[in-house]
Order: sequence, then C-alpha cells, then structure tokens
Amino acid sequence: MLNRYPLWKNLLILLVLAIAGLYAAPNLYPDDYAVQISGTRTTQVDDGTLTRIESALKAAGIQVKGAEMQEEGMALVRLPNSDAQLAAKEAIADQLGSEYVVALNLAPTTPAWLDDIGAGPMKLGLDLRGGVHFLLEVDMAQAVGQRLDVYVSEIKAKLREEKLRYRVVEHLDDGRLAIRFVDTDTRDAASGLLLRTYQEFLVDSDEVDGEAWLYVNLTEQTIREIEDYAIKQNLTTLRNRVNELGVAEPLVQRQGRNRIVVQLPGVQDAAAAKRIIGKTANLEFRLEAGPDASRADTEIYGFRNNADRKATLEKDVIITGSSVSNAQAAFDENGMPQVSITLDAKGGQMMSRVTRNAIQRSMAVLFVEHKQRTLVQTIDGERVEKRIPYTEKGIISLATIQSTLGNSFRITGLDSAQESSELALLLRAGALAAPIYFVEERTVGPSLGAENIKLGTLSVQIGFALVLCFMLIYYKVFGLLANVALTLNLVLLVAVMSLLSATLTLPGIAGIVLTVGMAVDANVLIFERIKEELRNGLPVQSAIHSGFSRAFTTILDANITTLIAAVILFAMGTGPVKGFAVTLSVGILTSMFTALLVTRALVNLVYGGRTLKKVMI
Amino acid sequence: MANAKKIYNFMGIRKLALAFSLILVLGSIVALAVNGLKFGLDFTGGSLVEIGYEQQADLEQVRSRLQEEGFADVTVQTFGSPRDVLIRLQADHDPKLGDKVLGALQSDTDQVLELRRNEFVGSQVGEELREQGGLGMLLALFMIMVYLAFRFQLKFSLGAVIALVHDVVIVLGFFSLLGIEFDLTVLAAVLAVIGYSLNDTIVVYDRIRENFRIMRKEDAIEVLNASLSQTLSRTLMTSITTLLVLVALFYFGGEMIHGFAIALLVGVLIGTYSSMYVAANALLALKVTRDDLLPPRKEEGEEAEELP
Repeated sequence: MLNRYPLWKNLLILLVLAIAGLYAAPNLYPDDYAVQISGTRTTQVDDGTLTRIESALKAAGIQVKGAEMQEEGMALVRLPNSDAQLAAKEAIADQLGSEYVVALNLAPTTPAWLDDIGAGPMKLGLDLRGGVHFLLEVDMAQAVGQRLDVYVSEIKAKLREEKLRYRVVEHLDDGRLAIRFVDTDTRDAASGLLLRTYQEFLVDSDEVDGEAWLYVNLTEQTIREIEDYAIKQNLTTLRNRVNELGVAEPLVQRQGRNRIVVQLPGVQDAAAAKRIIGKTANLEFRLEAGPDASRADTEIYGFRNNADRKATLEKDVIITGSSVSNAQAAFDENGMPQVSITLDAKGGQMMSRVTRNAIQRSMAVLFVEHKQRTLVQTIDGERVEKRIPYTEKGIISLATIQSTLGNSFRITGLDSAQESSELALLLRAGALAAPIYFVEERTVGPSLGAENIKLGTLSVQIGFALVLCFMLIYYKVFGLLANVALTLNLVLLVAVMSLLSATLTLPGIAGIVLTVGMAVDANVLIFERIKEELRNGLPVQSAIHSGFSRAFTTILDANITTLIAAVILFAMGTGPVKGFAVTLSVGILTSMFTALLVTRALVNLVYGGRTLKKVMI
Repeated sequence: MANAKKIYNFMGIRKLALAFSLILVLGSIVALAVNGLKFGLDFTGGSLVEIGYEQQADLEQVRSRLQEEGFADVTVQTFGSPRDVLIRLQADHDPKLGDKVLGALQSDTDQVLELRRNEFVGSQVGEELREQGGLGMLLALFMIMVYLAFRFQLKFSLGAVIALVHDVVIVLGFFSLLGIEFDLTVLAAVLAVIGYSLNDTIVVYDRIRENFRIMRKEDAIEVLNASLSQTLSRTLMTSITTLLVLVALFYFGGEMIHGFAIALLVGVLIGTYSSMYVAANALLALKVTRDDLLPPRKEEGEEAEELP
C-alpha cells in the first residue's frame, strides 16, 4: 500500500483544476455600468455614430470609462457609476433620437485573453440583478375566433363569386360557422365547393324548419396550427416590442402550450414596459357607411375623445394595423400629435383599390383595444376568477378621402404625444395575433437585487469559514486537506456554472451554501472510515487505502439519490427554484470529484509512499 | 488505540422513538388539518408590493392610508426590518399597482420611499404551482424508491421512503403550527430535505448491508446497533457542518431566504434523527433478515479494485 497516484493522474487533476480556475476567474472582475446602443430597422450603428455619441457625452460633461463597437452592430459605452449611466443614457438618446435604441446594461469586464477562450462570468437572475419577469397567457379561444371571422368574409366572397345564394353566414359561440342557404340544392353545391377549397373544414348539413343550413367545423389539427401560429406571432411581436423598449439581454420564450415568459433584466421604468408589452392595440381602417347601406352591414361607433359623437361605419374592414410596415410619431403643422404610416405592398394595393372608388366619402380610423374584466366570485367557499374579455373600439379620426390613398399617409386625432409615440411603436412592432393576459408578474428593484447579492455572498463566506474551522479542529491535517478540497470545490462549482451560462439566483446562492455544508460529507465518510480501520489495527497506509475505497459506494449511492431529488426540482421548478436545483446538482457532482480525487491526491502527496506509525486524524 | 468502537444500544429505546415519531407525525397531521399551510403568494395567487422606508414605518398609518385610497382586502406587515413594509392585496392584475401603492404612501410621508418589489401571481398559476409542487414531491419519492429497490432491496427502499415521508410531514407540520409562510423556495428546501435525509439514511443502510454480510451470528437488532454506532460520528459531523452553514444562511441570508433556512434547519435535525431511528426501525418492522441481502451482488474485493 503505497498510496501514490501515478504522475499522469496528478497532472490530470491539476489540469482540470487549472482550467476550472481559468473559467471561474471572470467572476472576480466586477461588471461595468454601461449603455448599449443599437440600430433599428432603418438605422445602423457605425463608427460615425460612435463619434456622435462620444461628443454628446463630452458636451454633457459625463465621465466615460470607454466606448467601443461590438459585434452585431452595437456600440457600448462604459461608465464609472450608475448615476453617470443614467445621465449618459439621457444624453445619448437626446443626441441620436428615436431612430436608435439606447439601453442600460451591465458589461462584463472579462480580460480579452479570458474572453478569447470563451470564459465569462455567471449570469445573474432577476432577483439579484433587478428587473421584471412576466408570464403571459395567450387567449387561444380568441385566436381561433379571429380566424373564424376571417373565414366568414372569405366564405361570403367565395359564395358570391360562385353565385351560390346564401341568407346568413354567422360565427356561432361554440366555435362553429353556420350558413343558411335559399334551398338545399344550393347548399349541397356550396358544401362541395367548401370541402374542395378548404381541406381544414369539416362540413355538416342540417335542415331546421325547412331551412337549409350548413355547419362548418375546423379540424383539430387546424386548431392546433392556429394556436401555434398565434403563439409564434405573439412571440415575434413581443420580441419587437421589447427591442423597441431598449432592454439589454431580454428573454422572450414560449412556456407550455399557451404561455409566454418575458424577462427584462434591469429595466428602470417597469410601468412603461408593462404598458407596452400587454397592449393589444390595433387599428382598423373602414369606410363610413353610405346613407342607403343596410343595417346588417353597418356598425355604429363612438369617438375616442368624445363619446357623444358617433358615426356609422361599414362592417367590412379595408386593412388592419398588421398591414403597416412602418410608423413614426410626429407633429402636424398645428403641433398636434400624428402618426405617419407606411403600408406594406399588399396593404397599399388594398387601400388604393378601395379609396379609388370612394373619393369624397369618409374613411374612419378605428382604434381597437382588447381588454379584460375580472370577476371574482365565491363559489362553495372557493374564490374563482373569471376573465371576461371585451373589445373596446373607438374612432380616432374620420376624414374625407380627397384622392386615392397609396401606401403612405398620416393619421391624426390622437390625444397626446405619448399616445402617438406608443401607437407608432405598437404599429411598428406588429399587432398581437391574439390577446394576452398577465398571469404572473415579478418586479425586483435594483437596490433589492444588490442587497440580495450582498447578503448571499456574506452567508456563503460565513458558512464557508465556519465549516473550514470546524473541519480543521476536528480532523487536523486531514481536515486541512479537506478544506483545500472544499475550496477547490467552490472554484469548480463557479467554473461549471459560468461555463454552462447557468443563471445564479438567490435560492441558487442558498444552494451553494448548502453544497458547502454537504460537500464535506464525502470527506467525513472517508475520514471516519480511515479512523475505524486504524482502530481495527490496520497499518496507516492500508487504513487510508481501505478508507477511501470502502467509502466509495456509500458516497456514490448517497449522492445519486440526492441528485435525483435535484433533477426533479429542476424539471418542475421555475425561475429562482430552478437556480437552486442547478447549483445543488452541479455542487453534488463537483464535490464528488474534489472529495474523491482531489483529497486523495493531497493525502497521497502528504502521506503516500512513506512508512508511518501514526497519523493525525 | 482502542480495538473497536463502542457499540451503543440504539435499538433499546426503539419503542420510545416510535412513540416520539408517532406523536410528531400525528401532531403534524393534526396541525395541517386544523391550520393548513399558510401558502405564500406563489401558491395562492394575488399581488404583493414591498416598499422600503428610510426610517421605521408606521404600519397603522400605512393601513389606514391604503384604506382611504380604496385598496380593499389589504394585509400590511414588516418584512425583515421595520423599514421594510410588505403589502399583500387580493387584487386583479394591474400593471400600475406598485406605483399606485407607492404614490399613495408617498403622499403621506416626508420620507423618500422606494418600490423594492412588486409581484403578481394569477390564481390559476398559483393552483398549478401547488399541484406541480405536490406532484414533484411524489415523483421524487417514487424515483428514489425505485433506485433503492434496485441498489439495495425492496425492504430498504420502503424503509427509506417511510423515513422521508416522516421528515416531510414533520417539516410541513412545523410550518403549519408556527404559521410560517410556505412559498416556492420553502418547497425547494423541502425537496432538499428529502435529498439530505436520504443521504443520511443511505449511509446507515449501506453499513447495515455490509454488517449483515460480515456479522453472521448476530441478530438483526445487534447488526443495527453496530451499524448505527459505527456511522454515528459521521452522521453527527455532517449534520453539524450542514447546520453551521444553515445557521449562517438563517442569520445573514436576508428575509427572502428565511423560510428556506428554517425548513432546512428543521429538516436536517429531523432527517438526522430519522435516518437512525425511523429508517432503521422500519427495517425491523419489515422484518429484515440476512437472507434479504443474499446472494451478495458483488464481492467486497472487487469493489475495492475499481476505485481511484
């Protein structure tokens, strides 16, 4: 029993630890306060922009640590403190105007050589960094309903085209379409036509009181597709909106079948973020109904800024906000807020086709907003929330068409500059395909985040120090070796977390603290075994050898079962709890490496290859 | 050096331990049935606003001010320090809620207030989290049982799960009795308790298995006593180091991590006890015998070879 590791094994352990040291190192460099500037669709950040930024900062008298161009056409300005950061953001935004997105950020100060090998610091969760977390639910019933409304107009057009006479096409509450025809022959012809044209339809015929009805259902697969489309469309829209808000490193992600997570780290103006994200505003352009239009084809709407004033509009929508390709807020010659709108090709065509035949008639711009009322009822002692969605539509402008409209025009009649700029933003970012509701929101102020980091770090340090002292007193030399291993375990844990770009949360820090306490367990098991073997009269070297080897299976079983609990926690947990599961799992794995291999190597170095009568344990 | 470590007669008081455990578990169940758990926002749904004052806040004033402003169904309490006020509302989601509360309170004081935290959880999400949490706990127990049945033997796996359920029920009972808020982080802590207590139990079981093979003449009680005695110092050492860090976390980790630290402190204490008395006792109750562990799956010698 020599208890010596071959050279290659020692070197391998050293190599692993050296790499771990390298990848953990970036966490020692504190982040810089920074302002990040990126272009929008029409603009790009280049060296010229950077010069403008620098001169603006100089003019404002703001101290700068550095300004640099980054990949992906972004510029980054580093600042000494958070006050300078806020001032710099204002100054830069003033200088560049709304064509650029200016966001607050924290920039890592990882040295270039570490950056080159792909090392970077751990990411901080929202509870440590401050920021907003939203969980949004997409209203799927509405998504399907909206599609059905589109089918209604399509079917009408189709039937008219084929000269199949119908009485009514309506959208029933149970998600079906019902069509009534003049007679059964027409209906049967229409049934064939619809089935040929739309593979996604399931069509049923029925006769009620001699009336010929046709019922249209959507296939399950189509409904799935509509839902998927709604989620994807909403994801895109939300990403656009978040980008417009100027948030650095946002996260917009699908969760489950009908939910979307939005995380905005370090957002300063949470209220604005919430207002923009949740808004389901859209526009509809419609013609004012002529005097001889039938009641069935018209609807009456009030004006947004004057509910008493009303106008009768055609039911048919010319285009909606989704045809808008660009929108900018501005002021008209009277200083009133306006939005200049550019339509995409298809929208432009529709607009000119309709307006060509409607000169001297009026066109209304209808502001559409989906809202919800929540009713809280107590049924059998349980609180039940019922959401009742409703749509608010109001006319924002009604103007006479002077000439054929093309793909660019302006709309006026908005209340304030804030409204015009938000409407422009919403039109640029695109409308939501289906209304969304907030089902969860967590906002953490930046000072609370900083406090959490401070407290978390403090408890890691104190817990760590207590364990080190205790091990040293109880196991002496072996305790010292275990302490070295424990320290290396922390380094390794941080390195793995950084490499995985895992997010560190407050419960994650708690996980690290817990790992520190539990990581010595493996060493305790080994040392107790060695003591026992010594008591049984084994010579020192054999006792060490057998201590390590006999404790191995125990350590393995004990750690694997804890790992099972941690993995389940990871799978079902959300946000901060996930962070706890990550540090716990990684900690279990790294502690096995350090307790078994590193401690063994150290023990071998100290005691191996010698004849010993006694050891201090 | 002493030849062999002293063997304590742990199982001598096993009836007493059984009574103790039964009292604790039944007491916990009664507490849970009567009090229930004081679920946090994560599980109940609702809104929460945390406001930071510069100096000690007058809760009465905060309450009446909020009432004047028309916030109904409000609970106001301090959070951690008397300068931190936590306000809970059963309100519908309102993106401006945090700012509204801040504005209402700011108009009533000369101090500069700060909106520290603002949370909203929809009631449906809360319900889902509750269901998911319970499901996760059951799944963890089941997976562990399967692993142990495979690595050890069915009786051991049952014994370990009995010990785990014992620990979880008592931790929950503790939270219920003292009315400490039970939120997502506490749930995470309870799962960590499962992990920790299991760790302890497995170390003990491992030794019991080993001793059943070595000690051919002794009966089950003697084997258990020997095993518990041999692992005693390790069990205590690991509990002490873990408790040390948990105490550090409890005192220095801040208010948001308090429930987490409490759950683990209680869990580690109970888990240490249960790995000795409940897990081992359960083996006796299940009438574990040497035959349960035969034929040995591996020779000891082989195990030693594959080690680093």
